[in-house]
Amino acid sequence: MPPILELVHITKRFPGVVANNDISLELHPGEILALLGENGAGKTTLMNILYGLLRPDEGEIRIQGKVCKIESPNDSLRLGIGMVHQHFMLVPTLSVLENIVLGREPRRGPFLAGAAALEQIMRLADEFELPISPHDKVWQLSVGEQQRVEILKMVYRGAQILVLDEPTTSLTPQETNALFNILRAMTKRGHSVIFISHKLDEVRAISHRIAVLRQGRVAGTMLTAEAGEQELAYLMVGRDVVKRVYANTTIAPQSDASAQPLITVRNLSVLGRHGGKAIDGLNLQLAAGEIVGVAGVDGNGQTELVEALAGLRPTANGEIIIDGHHCDSQADPRRQMKLGVAYIPAERKTRGAIPDLTIAANAILKNHNDRPIAARGIMNQRRIREYTQQLVADYDVRCTSIQSPAGVLSGGNLQKLILAREVSAQPKLLIAEQPTRGLDIGAVEIVQQRIMQQRDRGTAVLYLSTDLDEILAISDRIIVLYRGKIVYECPNSQQVSRERIGLAMAGKAA
Amino acid sequence: MEWTTILTGAFLIQVLAASLHLATPLVLAALGEIFAERAGVLNLGIEGIMLLSGLSAFAIATNAQSVWLGILAGIATGALLGLFFAFMTVTRRADQIVTGLAFLILSSGAAIYFYRIIFGSRSLLPQIEPLSQLEIPLLKDIPILGPVLFNQTILTHLMLVLVVVCVLVLWRTPFGLRITAVGEYPAAADALGINVIAVRYACLVIGGALMGLAGAYFPLAELGFYSNSMIGGRGFIALALVVFGRWNPLLALAGGLIFGAADALQIRLQLIQSGIPSQLMIALPYILTVLVILVGRARQSPSALTIPYVRE
Repeated sequence: MPPILELVHITKRFPGVVANNDISLELHPGEILALLGENGAGKTTLMNILYGLLRPDEGEIRIQGKVCKIESPNDSLRLGIGMVHQHFMLVPTLSVLENIVLGREPRRGPFLAGAAALEQIMRLADEFELPISPHDKVWQLSVGEQQRVEILKMVYRGAQILVLDEPTTSLTPQETNALFNILRAMTKRGHSVIFISHKLDEVRAISHRIAVLRQGRVAGTMLTAEAGEQELAYLMVGRDVVKRVYANTTIAPQSDASAQPLITVRNLSVLGRHGGKAIDGLNLQLAAGEIVGVAGVDGNGQTELVEALAGLRPTANGEIIIDGHHCDSQADPRRQMKLGVAYIPAERKTRGAIPDLTIAANAILKNHNDRPIAARGIMNQRRIREYTQQLVADYDVRCTSIQSPAGVLSGGNLQKLILAREVSAQPKLLIAEQPTRGLDIGAVEIVQQRIMQQRDRGTAVLYLSTDLDEILAISDRIIVLYRGKIVYECPNSQQVSRERIGLAMAGKAA
Repeated sequence: MEWTTILTGAFLIQVLAASLHLATPLVLAALGEIFAERAGVLNLGIEGIMLLSGLSAFAIATNAQSVWLGILAGIATGALLGLFFAFMTVTRRADQIVTGLAFLILSSGAAIYFYRIIFGSRSLLPQIEPLSQLEIPLLKDIPILGPVLFNQTILTHLMLVLVVVCVLVLWRTPFGLRITAVGEYPAAADALGINVIAVRYACLVIGGALMGLAGAYFPLAELGFYSNSMIGGRGFIALALVVFGRWNPLLALAGGLIFGAADALQIRLQLIQSGIPSQLMIALPYILTVLVILVGRARQSPSALTIPYVRE
């Protein structure tokens, strides 16, 4: 059978870097092709070319043998390519049904034919085994449900090729399995899938064929059945790697169970953005020198828990005690800072740093009014320079000058700068919210090592990630958040069951 | 007048009728703003658009001796200004608040300038016979409802019809769905082949036309003459109504009636020797506006409001 999609010698250059270098790939009907590669390997660029956001400098795209120009997302969709982005392209305030038909609404006269649309969507949902509740608003749905809506939306538009970008990032293991079943069902109906991921296990589980990208080139293409894990890993990074770069190297801490916990959270309730309790009667203790990993699907109260602890959100009920000090219910980040809470937010560029200010200014965001940086309300420029240079050197922040805007730093270097700023005050509690999201392996390693160093120094660390593997790799103890409650808790050891944690993440008691 | 007159049925009917009458331009302007804001563009120039549309409506009406041509001119002027606003904020991606304020300042100056050019300086104010009330036979004799609903200018009826039309357009048509999508998450709309720019242009032009109609109301249906201060902050009250009405035309109508009632009451209470300073009475609708903004703070505003769309 001829390929449904062919990429022929695609090259895309950006100033100073060749993001895609002579990439040729083909996709056959009914096939799941995995695009495997690290961050920065060129996966996103290639995807944006298919999606019509970028135009290749060289090469061509053929669909069913015909050369096609894709100049906008609309072109891409018209040619039968359906993108499922990592951040869903759904309108939160509209219903599932409205989101699916948007832009291609069935009409009756001048009006939207609601009944006809409903019937058509439910038929499709049935056919492709994609259960949905059509009248729910999208913001009420779980990540897995939103993903189904996104897939159905593409099917409704007649997409023959489905491109999924890191689709399992915030799914529970069970939801991931459900997704795989959906994808397999789709290929049986002749649809083709491009599955973009950096996770070896998943790629091996779902794909028929694997193309490995490295530094903008196709490092190799092979049938999944014939691909060995070591071989894939080698192709991906270009050197032999241990499977987990970021294994927790130190032994579990000598935290004395009888010792007074450093942080106590008692019966805490916090209201969420849509009203209602996002954290609901939560109890948690953290001892000095332990990393508590918070697992859970996005949107189960992680943000609210973190914000309450960091003093960015008032608490509705219960108490937070930090080293014997009771915090009152008002939101007051300054108070928390003084009590020794440091916070590495998930959003580096909007919350962790001020991208338009210089690196030096970002380094002193917290202590710019304290000695020795400032005295009598005047900041000492020399001290700022020395202080920043020290941080930048200690944490290996690669920059041309500490006077450049922080926004020009790469994700990894910016994260190192934020980390340096946060831990330089020797915090009692360090909250790390998705600290490695979007970083390459090298930066992940450094960030995690530094966090473990803090733990060894005696800091209590709350580590949040939606990536279960990451939680398993770094935590001393694991808790699972579901609908604002801790539904499962266990010390991290070899015996920890992924399945159990997965079930807990889905709110099911094992 | 005496205090006791307030308690009579005739007085209440009078106030109700006046509320509807006074609410008409407020609600029309609010409808225009609802279109703009639901698509993600804050049109702060509303007061200025109303003033310039009112002037053009009055100028055409006096020249052509036709109130109806004047109203059409008002609508056209509003639509043109909406188009210009769209060019500035959607195509040029200028800051919406700054552009709105610039519109406001520019139009108040332009109105004085053009008025002088068109009418010169005369001692006798140019006037026109304003739109008369449409007395619908039979219907106007229904007790209470008759004098309230069926003794109004046709623009009030048009306003009520437009409220219903807007509700249908926004919630029952594909266009309405697209407006919401563009105002909430333009990138998602774009990904589905919806032309974000075109939807925003359309909403600003429709919105401008509605604001223009509201502006024409003052000289042609209420005053019979033109004055530079005739809008008197009502554009801003309409802006408050949009927030109060949570971007819903029906709620904006309800809000408009409350404001209309406050206005109607203050006019009448001034006539009663109540001892309350008249200045305070005149300020009543504006005080209400501030209260509404305080209470109804933009809780459910469209997520992409004031954010220009750039495809990444």
